[in-house]
Amino acid sequence: MSILLNKNTKVLVQGFTGKIGTFHAQEMMDYGTNVVGGVTPGKGGAMHLGKPVFNTVRGAVQETGAEASIVFVPPPFAADSIMEAADAGIKYCVCITDGIPAQDMMRVKRYMRRYKKEDRMILTGPNCAGSITPGEAMMGIMPGHIYMPGRVGIVGRSGTLGYEAASQMKARGIGVSTSIGIGGDPINGFSFRDCLELFNNDPDTDAVVMIGEIGGPQEAEAAEWARDNMKKPLMAYVAGLSAPKGKRMGHAGAIVSAFGESAQEKVEIIREAGHTIVPNPAAFGEIVEAVLTGKKVAA
Amino acid sequence: MDIHEYQAKELLATQGIRMPRGGLAYSPEQAAYRATEIGGEAWVVKAQIHSGARGKAGGIILCRSEKEVEEAAEKLLGCRLVTHQTGPQGKLVNRLYIEETVPIEREIYLGFVLDRKEERIMIVASGSGGMEIEEIAEKEPDSLVRQTVDPGLGMQEFQAREIAFGLGLEGKLIGKAVRTIMGCYRVFRDFDASMLEINPLVVANDEVYALDCKMSFDENATFRRPEIMELRDKSQEDPRETFASDRGLSYVGLDGEIGCIINGAGLAMATLDMIKIAGGEPANFLDIGGGASPERVAKSFRAVLQDKNVKVILVNIFAGINRCDWVAEGVAKALEEVGVDVPLVVRLSGTKVEEGKKILAEKAPTVIVADTLAEAAEYSVAEWKKATKAAA
Repeated sequence: MSILLNKNTKVLVQGFTGKIGTFHAQEMMDYGTNVVGGVTPGKGGAMHLGKPVFNTVRGAVQETGAEASIVFVPPPFAADSIMEAADAGIKYCVCITDGIPAQDMMRVKRYMRRYKKEDRMILTGPNCAGSITPGEAMMGIMPGHIYMPGRVGIVGRSGTLGYEAASQMKARGIGVSTSIGIGGDPINGFSFRDCLELFNNDPDTDAVVMIGEIGGPQEAEAAEWARDNMKKPLMAYVAGLSAPKGKRMGHAGAIVSAFGESAQEKVEIIREAGHTIVPNPAAFGEIVEAVLTGKKVAA
Repeated sequence: MDIHEYQAKELLATQGIRMPRGGLAYSPEQAAYRATEIGGEAWVVKAQIHSGARGKAGGIILCRSEKEVEEAAEKLLGCRLVTHQTGPQGKLVNRLYIEETVPIEREIYLGFVLDRKEERIMIVASGSGGMEIEEIAEKEPDSLVRQTVDPGLGMQEFQAREIAFGLGLEGKLIGKAVRTIMGCYRVFRDFDASMLEINPLVVANDEVYALDCKMSFDENATFRRPEIMELRDKSQEDPRETFASDRGLSYVGLDGEIGCIINGAGLAMATLDMIKIAGGEPANFLDIGGGASPERVAKSFRAVLQDKNVKVILVNIFAGINRCDWVAEGVAKALEEVGVDVPLVVRLSGTKVEEGKKILAEKAPTVIVADTLAEAAEYSVAEWKKATKAAA
């Protein structure tokens, strides 16, 4: 089945009545996501897309029993919206917004530590395409039809590169349990490692594909954690072999600024931890199929 | 976004941080005038470019008379200074900073960065200043002193004191170093910096001076820092990147000849990887972003074609929020308006892909259509080889 979201998950849309929020809320509902309402401060009491609008997340949670939220709020106000969700008792929050200042995200992460671990909201993103449990629900901006329901987990920073992997897998008849986007920002919510832990404990996931990129320590941390703890095969690709040092490659976090942050170095660390490397971005389908059918893959 | 040394020093000065007296000059005459104004018997003439390691590249000249200052300025202004951080094309020197000299007793390294592991601002310092931080980390790792700042509470004075004592400072210098460190922290926090480096921070005449300063800023925070945006110096940027960023495109110039237009940063990086694996070299990274209207596609073509080395263009779109039919319309429009006189390989996938392909077949029949990422890379490298052969 899945982690984080399924067809029963009650979802709120923060930034519901804006242009982007409206478009994607409709897409999510069309896919089958259980959207129960939205939040736009000042528009509480109205109806939008046939669902109630609330002024505050707390009010929306009280009225609808929502347990998850997706944030489409513009960058200057997005960090505040995430903290509002955390405080209102939301259990899982996806933040799509691209362009949140790094110091705002530091504050968000610090703020969330005020809650005990078991009460703490799970955040994925910001600057991501969202999460999808194929055939059940999506909280994101992805084209739902390219994902086939199945038993392989995907976790990645990039949206479109995740689509690439899912569609290559679908072409070979391989489906996805849940696909999670953790986003391209330097300071983000759940890390690769956190997501691997969820997949490791999910009885409906047999193997995991990790799609990393240059910059930051998370791929290496996850690879080392998985070496000691993961009971399922892990396959990984790291984008940015041709990225020059010190240049920001689109994502705010995709910049090589320290030792161990280049694609080559990360691939080496992941390989040494004993995981399967996807050598190029056209080989997702082939490698996943080989691993699932127990074929040997040249490391 | 980077700024110049003199601009960073102006920001530090707002926090009372001590530094040698200096002034800006755009001409040799101004440079000599600044030297007279500052007074004394020796000055350094410092080329203002967005790069470290200027000293080794000959961009910092010690002078002992106004005449020498004028000559040094003459030499530096208008030249392109090449350091190991600038690439072989170097960076244009069009401003100089003239500064008094101080008798250096000790050199210290002081840096502030965003630590991605701790998700906090981290301060790194070392008593072995004057070297670059990478070199210090390699040669004298034990000399490094670190502190991280709780974002909820801000930096505390004891943390700055621990750094000062950790550097082996004594007596009155402790309080002076603490004021400097706290001041730097406030500048970093208040202006949304992503990096602040004082290398070296020196001890001279029982004082602590910031001799050099480098700063970069979080581009996601520029909406609330207009005063920082005013410090942008486009002459220090790759002109291809300036052209694209002025049009709201995320572009990075590279050295190859295969131009790229892709949606999504990750897919863009992956496509560049594929081109490399297929035996080619990409000319650029370009993420066209979500919601690629025909106008935006045309703009992207213009940006890629700014680079006269481009011999082939590859468009790779996996449409989620985007729609392949819009992108196809954009490609047709660009061919008509922009005048694309190089071979064009297009790969479309995702939302409305069939409609997109139909539009391409009707309106842009010269386009080479690829179905997969592997084909896209293969076809564009083949076209590039053909073009290179034809030119030879």
